[in-house]
Amino acid sequence: MDFLRPQTWADALTAKADDVDAVPIQGGTDVMVEMNFDVHRPGALLDLNPIGELTTWEQLPDDTLRVGAGMPYVRIIEELGDRLPGIAQASRTVGSPQIRNRGTVGGNLGGASPAGDLHAPLLAAGAVIEVESAARGTRMIPAADFYVGVKRNCCERDELIRAFHVKPAAGPQYFSKIGTRNAMVIAVCSFSIALYPGEKRIGTGLGSAAPTPRRAYAAEEFLAGVLDWSGPLDDRVVARFGELVADAASPIDDVRGTADYRRHALAVMAKRTLGWAWKDLGNNGKAA
Amino acid sequence: MRVTCTVNGKELEADDVWEGESLLYLLRERMGLPGSKNACEQGECGSCTVYLDDVPACACLVAAGQVEGRSVRTVEGLADGDTLDPMQEAFVECGAVQCGFCTPGLVVQAHDLVERVPNPSDAEIRESLAGNLCRCTGYEKILDAVRLAAIRKADTRKAQAR
Ligand SMILES: Cc1cc2nc3c(=O)[nH]c(=O)nc-3n(C[C@H](O)[C@H](O)[C@H](O)COP(=O)(O)OP(=O)(O)OC[C@H]3O[C@@H](n4cnc5c(N)ncnc54)[C@H](O)[C@@H]3O)c2cc1C
Ligand code: FES
Ligand code: FES
Repeated sequence: MDFLRPQTWADALTAKADDVDAVPIQGGTDVMVEMNFDVHRPGALLDLNPIGELTTWEQLPDDTLRVGAGMPYVRIIEELGDRLPGIAQASRTVGSPQIRNRGTVGGNLGGASPAGDLHAPLLAAGAVIEVESAARGTRMIPAADFYVGVKRNCCERDELIRAFHVKPAAGPQYFSKIGTRNAMVIAVCSFSIALYPGEKRIGTGLGSAAPTPRRAYAAEEFLAGVLDWSGPLDDRVVARFGELVADAASPIDDVRGTADYRRHALAVMAKRTLGWAWKDLGNNGKAA
Repeated sequence: MRVTCTVNGKELEADDVWEGESLLYLLRERMGLPGSKNACEQGECGSCTVYLDDVPACACLVAAGQVEGRSVRTVEGLADGDTLDPMQEAFVECGAVQCGFCTPGLVVQAHDLVERVPNPSDAEIRESLAGNLCRCTGYEKILDAVRLAAIRKADTRKAQAR
């Protein structure tokens, strides 16, 4: 087995191109579990920790935040919590402090597990994933197109994830997750919402509810059509939104929950998070 | 491969390290530092917690090669010679140690909490120790120990400031 330690991003891309089976490792919180249990023994590990630029973020001239794939959760929470509240809320629910100190959003994207907690808020916030290869340069992939199957994303074998791009929240954002306790749980299912009051639309993301993380498009379209942004929420609108979110899921029965329970829980989380977000807008018919 | 890193202030070198091996194995089996315990090897129990460049991490989830040129501090590195760190002392005094298997990880994790948050609330203590499992003490005495160490460390800081 090889242990590759490129010192620059360009070298990392070359190393990946030279050995497309090399397994990138950042926090190691997924990769090392597999190694320790001999689930997978790759020919080479490609350590991305020495590449400092992966652990930084910047604000581009058009305001978009470009967040390095190697930013650990703890720093997303501390440094970007005010600008990316949905993504930060999801980050707070990951594992334990030790896991949040090492685990990264890039690793969550790389693993592309349907149960990964960051996918739903990335979808709701309209994030775009920046991937790059030595041969073909940069590709910008909307999160909604990024996940292609159970634990599969659309990266080519010679590509690495460089960053995700996302606009600072334009309105309230929430993440909600069902688990049996507060720490160390894989989500039974999760839901994320982002409100865009300026554009009069909302974004959604579902986790642990289908083979891939996905958006609830019909629910988004329904709300964009019927919401009265200056008034209180109509209970019938909220109920219908919950139903449409549940309809967007294609969950399975497994040890963590039944498909029926997941659909029910998604509807409840969708209704609750919409209520919380609406309250933040101050549009309870009072402030508006 | 060869791995060179600073462990508890000393530069150490290990040869013939297998590329897939963890920092935990490196510490315990090659560097003679059995303080960090191996219980689950999947990040669930926290008994292998060490500082990696001043940030607590599960040593079982760090690849040995990833610590090249970096610094590690284990529970062995918290004591100053024979003088225990106040966190270690508080664990002994409060009876927060039974079999002791979870203790090194808890001590490192609690040490970090009190360094960052000098006067932690109970909620903050629980939150920060959520990744450390103990099968013996039932956590109450562990919470006592963290509270006691926090008070003592605060007193020491005050005395030093005077
Ligand atoms: C105890 C425990 C609890 C956990 N709890 C949660 C939880 O609550 N929620 C959750 O979502 N996850 C959880 N996880 C899983 C894990 O922590 C996350 O998926 C984390 O985001 C992985 O990040 P990492 O940097 O550690 O990834 P790594 O393990 O380094 O890599 C993960 C995958 O991504 C690939 N990869 C890494 N970086 C890149 C890159 N730049 N380009 C392309 N591919 C790349 C790797 O090859 C690998 O396939 C938990 C894990 C443990 C051990
Ligand atoms: S042995 Fe590392 S967390 Fe359990
Ligand atoms: S004292 Fe035995 S596991 Fe904690």
